[in-house]
Amino acid sequence: MRDPEIAVKIKNVAHYFGEAGDAKHMLALRETTIDFRRGGLLALIGPSGCGKTTLLNVIGGLLTPTQGSVDVCGKTVNGPMPREIAYVFQESALFPWNTIKENIHLGLLFQGVPKNQREDRARQSLETVGLGEFANHYPGQLSGGMRQRAALARALSLDTPVLLMDEPFGALDEQTRMVLGEDLSVLLSRTQKTIIFVTHSLGEAVFLADQVAVFSARPGRIKEVIAVDEPHPRRSGFVKAEKFTRLRNQLYDLLHDEIRKTVDQGSRPGAFL
Amino acid sequence: MTARGVVAARRQTRWRSGLAQIVFLLAVVILWWLAANRWGASPLLLPKPQLVFFELVDILRSGEFWPDLLLTLGEAAAAFAISATLGLATGFFVSVSPALVKVFEPLLAAVNAVPIILFLPLYILFFGLGAPSKIALGATIGFFPIALNTIAGFSSVDRLYVRSARSMGASPAKLVRHVLVPGALPIVLTGLRMGFTVTLLSIIGSETIASLAGLGHQIVNLAEAMEMPRMFAYIVFVIVIAATLNAIVTRFEKRAAARR
Repeated sequence: MRDPEIAVKIKNVAHYFGEAGDAKHMLALRETTIDFRRGGLLALIGPSGCGKTTLLNVIGGLLTPTQGSVDVCGKTVNGPMPREIAYVFQESALFPWNTIKENIHLGLLFQGVPKNQREDRARQSLETVGLGEFANHYPGQLSGGMRQRAALARALSLDTPVLLMDEPFGALDEQTRMVLGEDLSVLLSRTQKTIIFVTHSLGEAVFLADQVAVFSARPGRIKEVIAVDEPHPRRSGFVKAEKFTRLRNQLYDLLHDEIRKTVDQGSRPGAFL
Repeated sequence: MTARGVVAARRQTRWRSGLAQIVFLLAVVILWWLAANRWGASPLLLPKPQLVFFELVDILRSGEFWPDLLLTLGEAAAAFAISATLGLATGFFVSVSPALVKVFEPLLAAVNAVPIILFLPLYILFFGLGAPSKIALGATIGFFPIALNTIAGFSSVDRLYVRSARSMGASPAKLVRHVLVPGALPIVLTGLRMGFTVTLLSIIGSETIASLAGLGHQIVNLAEAMEMPRMFAYIVFVIVIAATLNAIVTRFEKRAAARR
């Protein structure tokens, strides 16, 4: 029973880090069952170590969950699915020894795209993110914001229905984040992609997301899913709207207790892989 | 500062340090000259630099150095080929698994800290006095820094790049070729340069201990014949050759690493 409207189906997924009986054995993600609809952006937000990155990596096939399974586009995830899922990581995961263009070509080579199509797709995706002129620069020659644009271009060139973004703007300054967020919203208005976006920022979640999944403190589970009913592309005016403030406050209330619990647990999370 | 300004400033700094190096070398030669000509150093311990210079000119003009030079360089090339092949292969296969790194990295580092030249008598027993024992010893000594740096190089590749490549569907072979090798390259090249240097040094050194021919052999022969100026001339010759080779290898390393 495959529902084409469901992009990601999470069935009884739970994950422990470390071996059973080990001192570091720890429940990172409590049993989670949820369906994510196709299209739009789903933000995962929650306190540090709540398992949101863990869930993202499980969806992406980079992490095999201790329990349960995930279907993406109707197929059970069993390792990376380069035709269905592309990734944008927190820091630029561009290869520093290749130019931006070579990075994109390499992604297409890994994915198995025939050579004669790579040039066009690389150019198109670079133009989409506004980096056409920087194709022959090395990542080290670009600013942090431009590097993340380039990483997004590489992910877009792969032309996957699902895009996973793990705090992609987390290392950037506030202004750059705002601009990249607006650009991402424009992109969302033009594509049918399903984007799952991990973030720490309440404002970023409300601004970008069609749905926001709020995680509880560790061991995490999805506490509530909030809908943000606002068409893309969203402009800067949306930030000033009463609706934005209301949703942001609602998220704040949901998160506040969880963040307090996390800080009181006192320890740093082990959720990064 | 503009990019051109930075380049110019860097060039100027390099030019200045180069000048300082030349002045230092000149000062050493002048001290040498003073010690041998004015301060009465024994000509057996420290021959006059001018005599050494004439001997050097004679060596170069006569071409008598060629057989020894070719033998020593040939031994070094063969030894380096062996140590590079085995060192790269060992380093790569050990680096594949963290468990193997845990077992073999300390072992290799421990053996690397042992003066392997102590085994020279054993190598001569196995391989004879000629070139094979020098090649075997040089290959053994060069192997360790190459293997160790290869392990370090491959272990230093950021796991994020590996995850990113895997998420895009990279096969293991493509992962090695496009991610692991270029990521490890700078450190691996440093290992190759260090391996080359110690290989050359240990070959010349072992030639001075027990050998039939080669530059090291020639130096010891002249010492035993008490032909001090000519021996010093050979030493200068070997230093120039070794420094030139080292400069070539270093340049090659830098250029390859700068492609990133």
